[in-house]
Amino acid sequence: MDARSPRREAKARFKLPPVPKIAVYLVGFIPAVWLFYQGINDNLGADPMRYLEQALGLWALRFLVVTLSITPLRQIFDINLLRYRRATGLLCFYYAVLHLVTYLVLDQGLDLEAIGADLVKRPYITIGMATFVILVPLALTSNNAAIRRLGGQAWARLHRLVYVAAIGAVLHFLLVVKSWPPEPLVYTAIVLALLGYRLGRSVYRKVSREPRSRRRAA
Amino acid sequence: MLIRRPSDILPSEITPRSVYLNRRQLMGGAAGLAFAAGFPGSSGAASLTTVKSPFSTDEKLTGREDVTSYNNYYEFGVAKEAPATYAKSLKTTPWTVKVDGLVGKPAEFSVDDLIKTSTLEERIYRLRCVEGWSMVIPWDGFALADLIKRVEPLGSAKYVAFETANRPEEMPGLQSMFPVLDWPYVEGLRLDEAMNPLAILAVGLYGDPLPNQNGAPIRLVVPWKYGFKSIKSITRISFVEKQPETSWNRQASDEYGFYANVNPSVDHPRWSQKTERRIGEGGLFVKRRPTLPFNGYAEQVAQLYSGMDLRKFY
Repeated sequence: MDARSPRREAKARFKLPPVPKIAVYLVGFIPAVWLFYQGINDNLGADPMRYLEQALGLWALRFLVVTLSITPLRQIFDINLLRYRRATGLLCFYYAVLHLVTYLVLDQGLDLEAIGADLVKRPYITIGMATFVILVPLALTSNNAAIRRLGGQAWARLHRLVYVAAIGAVLHFLLVVKSWPPEPLVYTAIVLALLGYRLGRSVYRKVSREPRSRRRAA
Repeated sequence: MLIRRPSDILPSEITPRSVYLNRRQLMGGAAGLAFAAGFPGSSGAASLTTVKSPFSTDEKLTGREDVTSYNNYYEFGVAKEAPATYAKSLKTTPWTVKVDGLVGKPAEFSVDDLIKTSTLEERIYRLRCVEGWSMVIPWDGFALADLIKRVEPLGSAKYVAFETANRPEEMPGLQSMFPVLDWPYVEGLRLDEAMNPLAILAVGLYGDPLPNQNGAPIRLVVPWKYGFKSIKSITRISFVEKQPETSWNRQASDEYGFYANVNPSVDHPRWSQKTERRIGEGGLFVKRRPTLPFNGYAEQVAQLYSGMDLRKFY
């Protein structure tokens, strides 16, 4: 493939500064710390609980989008951030935990009856919770030991569930708003583009198997 | 009930006290002074003279800052702070309200005249948003019935239709490529609902002329219905025979009915309406309170709906 050599050049040109992974976590938690700090000081507007709840959910979605962008960035632009993907994925999970805890404790005041009714009757809650449940095994297996135990292929197959989680997350967002405001639509478009890219690529590779094997032989 | 009440009242009267005196509220008061001082001489800007009303609640008011910085007015954007940010561009003087349709005396009223010729009342009402939050707001206005009587509706008039200003050049939300609603915003009431003494046309809040973001210069307030029924910045009121179309009903008829009476036992299809969060109460640790039928105004309005299935006519 003639794209190869420019690619290598690009790789050579684009030298990542050696950012330690811990820095990604530290920076990633800044919004949470900031939100809680502002919340405690009553600086989150008239409806601080709702602001916190929504902001945490939005950050979970943002980290999900970042996580899903890492592969396309590598394949299309030769920007390799793979070593940070675990951090961004886990940050998505941590924000999802904070979002859920805010809903359970601050929003619903641990009113189990109301929460149960929400879960059964409100599609956006059902979908949100299901999305969270999907993220749990992904977070639990986001470590080297789990990859070793499961084997790379099984691990990769399990982690494809992140695509389902991404769809669940934007559906959850779309269903909670009135009418069709732009923000959830923009996130939906981004997620669909990221998933569509993968689908398109895998279909393309399937139909062009022949040239691929030729390439391999060469 | 008797046992419950005291325990319900005590915390809600103690905790908000600190909230009431906090920095935000003081700043809100200061902002209000600055607002009033910003328009010296102009007729609409002086503080309004009002009389008290027996319909007012004695519940703790939601702070002015919260009332004027957190609301929905989609003509200025969908975010809660968008109206306060963008509504300055709306030109509210001069302003006329055209009253037409099935009336004996169609007329065009200037808001200044309406204010001059009405006895303004302070009406402290609960406001319950369909989204599940609530406020207590001291509106200043006059009974909608007063205006209705002036135009002498014909016997054939069964409904009252309202329309908000439709000015894309002054309302950024109307310039959006993907409109959130069909503009202009329209609402409606049955004539007997409109005649109910609780229904008012508000021209002020907290004793000052309405800030633009709250629907200046004149808006409907029907406190027993979800907030979206209380249409803002009214330019036209029409008396009609058939039930008029309403904006949110047109947008999602299974979610927003024509009546839209506050009703804890009829959920929004996507969320519960059993409880609400009172804005300004408790900050991050806000406690939900039960939502009351007709937002606590059943005594005044329930008879309007006797014999109606409120699950069907939500």
